[in-house]
Amino acid sequence: MKEITINLNGAARRVAVAPNETLLDVLRGKLGIKTPKEGCGRGDCGACTVLLDGKVVRSCLILAIEVDGQSVTTLEGVGQQGPTALQQAFVANNAFQCGFCTSGVVLAASALLTEKPQPTEHEVREALAGNLCRCTGYEPIVKTVLDVARKTGRKSAKRRARS
Amino acid sequence: MSKTEVVGASPVRVDGFAKVMGAAQYTDDLDFGPGLLHAVVVESTKAHALLKKVDVSAAEKAPGVVRVVTGKDCPHKFGLYMQDRHIFAQDRVRFVGEQIAAVVAETPEAALRAAKLVQVEYEPLPAILSLGDALKKDAVLLHPELGSYQRVPWFFPRAGTNIAHWRKTRKGDVAKGFKQADFILEDTYTVPRYAHCPIEPHAVTGLFDLSGRLTLWASSQSPFAQRNVMAIALKPFGLSHKDIRIVTPYVGGGFGGKAGVSMEIIAAVLAIVMKGRPVKLNWTREQEFMNTSQRQGVIARIKLGVKKDGRITALEHTLHWDAGASAEYGANVVNAVGLSATGPYRVPNVKIDSVCVYTNMPPCGAYRGFGYSEFHFGLESHMTRVAKAIGMDPVAFRKLNAIREGDTLAYGAHMNAGDLHGAIDRVAKEIQWGKAVRSQKRNMAIGKAVACFWKAPAMPPNASSAAFLKFNEDGSLNLSVSGMEIGQGFLTVMAQIAAEVLTVPVAKIRVETPDTDRNPYEWQTVGSHVTWSCGNAVRAAAEEVKAKILATVARAKKLKVADLYLEDECVKSRRDKAFSLPLRSFVIDGIMRPAGNFIGGPIQGTGMFMPEFTSAMGDPETSQGGHPNVHYTVGCAGIIMEVDKDTGKMSIRKVALAVDAGKAVNPDLVKGQVVGGVLQGLATALYEDIRYAPTGRLLNPNFTDYKIPTALDCPQEIVPIILETAQPDGPFGARGVGEHTMIACAPIVADAIENAVGVRLKTMPLTAEKVALALRGIEYDDVKGDNLGFCFRGRPCDYPFEVGGAK
Repeated sequence: MKEITINLNGAARRVAVAPNETLLDVLRGKLGIKTPKEGCGRGDCGACTVLLDGKVVRSCLILAIEVDGQSVTTLEGVGQQGPTALQQAFVANNAFQCGFCTSGVVLAASALLTEKPQPTEHEVREALAGNLCRCTGYEPIVKTVLDVARKTGRKSAKRRARS
Repeated sequence: MSKTEVVGASPVRVDGFAKVMGAAQYTDDLDFGPGLLHAVVVESTKAHALLKKVDVSAAEKAPGVVRVVTGKDCPHKFGLYMQDRHIFAQDRVRFVGEQIAAVVAETPEAALRAAKLVQVEYEPLPAILSLGDALKKDAVLLHPELGSYQRVPWFFPRAGTNIAHWRKTRKGDVAKGFKQADFILEDTYTVPRYAHCPIEPHAVTGLFDLSGRLTLWASSQSPFAQRNVMAIALKPFGLSHKDIRIVTPYVGGGFGGKAGVSMEIIAAVLAIVMKGRPVKLNWTREQEFMNTSQRQGVIARIKLGVKKDGRITALEHTLHWDAGASAEYGANVVNAVGLSATGPYRVPNVKIDSVCVYTNMPPCGAYRGFGYSEFHFGLESHMTRVAKAIGMDPVAFRKLNAIREGDTLAYGAHMNAGDLHGAIDRVAKEIQWGKAVRSQKRNMAIGKAVACFWKAPAMPPNASSAAFLKFNEDGSLNLSVSGMEIGQGFLTVMAQIAAEVLTVPVAKIRVETPDTDRNPYEWQTVGSHVTWSCGNAVRAAAEEVKAKILATVARAKKLKVADLYLEDECVKSRRDKAFSLPLRSFVIDGIMRPAGNFIGGPIQGTGMFMPEFTSAMGDPETSQGGHPNVHYTVGCAGIIMEVDKDTGKMSIRKVALAVDAGKAVNPDLVKGQVVGGVLQGLATALYEDIRYAPTGRLLNPNFTDYKIPTALDCPQEIVPIILETAQPDGPFGARGVGEHTMIACAPIVADAIENAVGVRLKTMPLTAEKVALALRGIEYDDVKGDNLGFCFRGRPCDYPFEVGGAK
């Protein structure tokens, strides 16, 4: 066992981990963070997606011991100040059904919009291609991400025009 | 139908923020504290063998192990419609992956390590890995005691054979019908097995507490059916219905795979053995593929006769299903198809034989579409081919034969309302049927196709629903139902129905996932029937609440009930425009009389629904005489697709799908079902390709090798079209649509391939590889190899459809 410190959703957390424990198991089993889900345990489905220093990763493929000193964001951390524009749009557009993949999808989409605020449809699909969804057929998800990008783009254009 | 305000609108889903903010809990998210035990199952590595010895001694001594449970601890059988499935293998194993033992340990790792120490000694038996072997005379029997199994009265197993059920439907005189025909086409189609692939694998935790009470937290579509199946199977442990409680948090996708009971009963037994400590059993993705249920594979022979003018004269449809090692649920799929394999057409002379065959493959069961996707592939392919052969337009051919309200169905009952003709027209228009399109790319050809679909819920005749409604002090409501929110939006739709009757906004109605102790009964969330069935129960509960509200106000205010009505969360009077009594002012606290006393009390209501007109008592030889289906939902799908003439790779430009929802209670949710269902259906056609080794071992139980679509694998456009021909006995006219949306997807792809490049595929899936082979004149059956998608070897056209003398 080794003690690691991570910045989890904005707060420092210390936890003792075994060398073979995955980040997913530590989050779920030791830190009470339940939104990353195990759908396959081998990096195929993306249900365990978290952001590691802002980058999309599969927490089932990462050993917890590797992330000492890094920051981890899960869905619990995304809406801490209330639902984000993206989360509100997910609800408004029914961009989820059973909800099991939703945590990973919202994180992957958030990371995309941070990195590339005005993505093309193909870029959205590429960014989400690692997150399997069996319910929605992806259309409402893709539409939602593009809608939010467009609205954010309009807002920042207005801001630029004002200043 | 009077005008509605909330029914027909698309309010925000009641589970929306819970899911998108990360508050929604799924079964594996629940914490059970440090006392929790973890179980890992030891599985058979043989398809068919006698169990000579199961040596658990080394496993029992492994660190962290608390107990190893085997078939000796639990010799009991279970099953939804027929008790042919063992909780743990007894004297023999019947498929690769079958549960032989379970190790219970303090940690998952300890359980996994110890499970590998269980030594199993097998004596191999000849395995039934082809339908031909299963059905030959003197075949090896998977279930020698088949004749003694408990079952529902509408199953007809043939003892002494591998036939678990045989549904025969006979109408008119097919010999005469074929004699009247000017043209007859006969051919064979095959559809392999498919896996549901919910992103959440099955998960369950059981606790048998010190008072002898069993609680299961399970990812399930069927809490009450589960409780019932378990109460029957676990009776030898002294349990009855009141001793068993099933709690179902949110379910991460079901698609039929979490209907009935599969692995949950293993956890129930482990909990009983480990009395006092909770035991968790989570399926891995691999187990999710191998040991829950799959969609059955099928080989179907279709013989269709038509007049020159296109009218159908006769249909012979013979289907042999690879049910796997257990048919406790799958036989009802076979049954449903045996009744409805005419498709949505007027067919005067019908002979359907739908035969459920035991094989040494993993068990099968319910899968979105419940057999209809499987038979529509062959039937709708056949319809297009017959139309073309007689020089008729496939759309005109379908419209000519399309079923109408009042038509006599193959089993003698009459067709319900539904606008199939309208659906065909709308789809044909949407894809500009008849207008040829050329691709701008030299090596691409464009094809179009149209196919119809229908489906009825397959349920016991007394499948029922119930609902409870109660008010809170602020005029908000709690609605309790036990249909399952599996993503389709069920909870929202139920809230809308209550909201419509009571004029309370959906946002003020809380609906939660069920708990069999606290929520009212629901048979199962399957068959696209809960909007209709549970919706009727909710409406009845809301009407009862409304009646109590009006009666209370009338009594307290000395008014006539007939003058009162609900509007905007208030009771109002037709006689006195100024009268308006907010619900929140009295639904708990009552109404004060001048003397200071109060009239009323906490207002609540219950509703129930059972389709009292149905009956499964049709004649076993003809199916005539019963009324096995409540109603059909009909519709039509069309496609515009590009095919690469070199590689066979397909790219879909547009799919249009029209479905007659009766009344779309929530149109956005109906559209969600269309878009999601279409992609799932297209995936069975284009991507998903299950493979078994000749030993019966599943070769691709993971998402690397069994491809389900990603966001990059979608059609360019999916156009949902909703038709609304009211279902007279549905809530506000509604009927179900959930499963229907994937049924026509495979045949439209097959037809569009032929339309584009002139090759006809009759073996699903319809992969680019198969198209490319066909374009080069290579027979797929010559090169398909030994790793197959279901229990069928050889060439479909040579399959004799013999049943070894069974009748």
